[in-house]
Amino acid sequence: MNETAYIVAAWLGTFGSVAAYAAWIIRRGRRASEVVAEQDRRWM
Amino acid sequence: MIRDAALVAGKDLRLEWRSRVGLGQVLPFALLCVLLFAFALDPDRGVLQRATGGLFWMVVLFAGVLVVQRSFSVEGEDGVLDALRLSGLSPASIYLGKVAAIAAQLLVLEAVLLVAVAVLYDTTLRGWVLLMGTVVLATLGIAGAGATYGVVGLRLRGAETLLPLLLLPLLAPVLIGATAAFDVALGRSAGPGWPWAAMLGIFAVVYLSLGALLFRPLMEDM
Amino acid sequence: MTIDGTLSPSGADAPGRSTAPGSTSSRATRVLGWTSLVGIAALVVFGLWITPPDAQLGETIRILYMHVPTVSAAYVAFIITAVGSIAYLWKRSEFWDLLAASSAEIGVLFFALTIFNGMLWGRITWGVFWRWEPRLTTTTVLFLTYLGYLAVRRIPTSARTRGTVSAVIGILAVVNIPITHKAVDWWRGLHQEKTIFGTVDPEMQGTQLFTAYLGLTVFLVLFAWLLIHRFRLAWLTERAQERSLDEAIAERRAEGSAS
Repeated sequence: MNETAYIVAAWLGTFGSVAAYAAWIIRRGRRASEVVAEQDRRWM
Repeated sequence: MIRDAALVAGKDLRLEWRSRVGLGQVLPFALLCVLLFAFALDPDRGVLQRATGGLFWMVVLFAGVLVVQRSFSVEGEDGVLDALRLSGLSPASIYLGKVAAIAAQLLVLEAVLLVAVAVLYDTTLRGWVLLMGTVVLATLGIAGAGATYGVVGLRLRGAETLLPLLLLPLLAPVLIGATAAFDVALGRSAGPGWPWAAMLGIFAVVYLSLGALLFRPLMEDM
Repeated sequence: MTIDGTLSPSGADAPGRSTAPGSTSSRATRVLGWTSLVGIAALVVFGLWITPPDAQLGETIRILYMHVPTVSAAYVAFIITAVGSIAYLWKRSEFWDLLAASSAEIGVLFFALTIFNGMLWGRITWGVFWRWEPRLTTTTVLFLTYLGYLAVRRIPTSARTRGTVSAVIGILAVVNIPITHKAVDWWRGLHQEKTIFGTVDPEMQGTQLFTAYLGLTVFLVLFAWLLIHRFRLAWLTERAQERSLDEAIAERRAEGSAS
């Protein structure tokens, strides 16, 4: 039914956007950590 | 503190009077808006009359952004704010002075606009107590939030274009409350108007106190 | 900077445990990340298959399993932004400024998703994408407020000025949340219509209730994971900028001594 399309769109859109955002910050994090000295990125 | 605030407000208003930017630029812009709304909304179908409250406050908000911008660009040019800070005035009194100056200019603007909508939109002004109470409380709220954001705009070069985006969502409750109160006062909608006025009052008190508190860190980092 | 806690690097912390070079992940984020992945899988199974359609809402309740957690996580994010803003004005440490900024960015993303979900829900329930439903309207106004906050942070200036200005905006914005809520509620008071939250049965039970709480938990864990990564990225960006500034100065010096 038509309802299903909207429901699936909501779920796909939500998790898709979060995944895209997560991929974006992790990639930027990788790139940024290349130029930063080791002692500035010792997490925990 | 009140005397210091009056000092700052007096200085601002004198500067404003001499430059005539408010009278020569902002006020004509506001009147232009009143005219443009008539072009946008068919004047023959009573839309303007029914929407008088909302249109009035829309114009006040737009013009208010300009007044706020103006009130701080004056400071930036001459480094006046630095001088004020060094003169030993407390940040809170400088803030309240700015608020008073902005509010005074807005009140003049609103008086002219009220006459303009009464004539051009064929709206009969009534419910004067509520009308005036709304004008005063909403103006304090706009000036209170505006003065805080004005100094933000001054601190950041290139933030002038950002001021409307920062200020207008914050003032959305003022637009809602003031429009609803006007609608009651003008007889466009039933129901008591005082809850709306009370909401405007709370908004004004909250943002005036926050502004007075937060002006110090904003000034310190000039 | 004792308040740095575990989010930011501090030299004294066991150097041997440093993770793979060149990323913003650590053991904590890996745990959080896997937890959210498993949680999302479970939420999909429960939300889309196991739970029965609601007695009143029918299938549309499945959108609320997304809608309610995203908006809740967004409010948590903005409260963290406000706390970070207040703490920044008080302590003046980079940690709080970057935390506030990172949290706001994720909050804006979640608000955008809330509005998106809400519009799809409205399309099914009302037949149109948009009605001036109070919650949706409030969310949109606040979304724009926080877009302004993020825009301010993009203006190039000194770290201290940026921190002060955005802290002030972060505080003003959070105070505006309840005021906007109240104002919009009253504004729409005369037009009672099916609201998004109003239709959720307060006595929801069984798997529906479980799924609702599962969604909330999953999104909070997901938010924590995103926040830590985003914070570390912000931290690295600051360091990288300092470094390029240092290099530029060194280059200038070298030029000066060569000529």
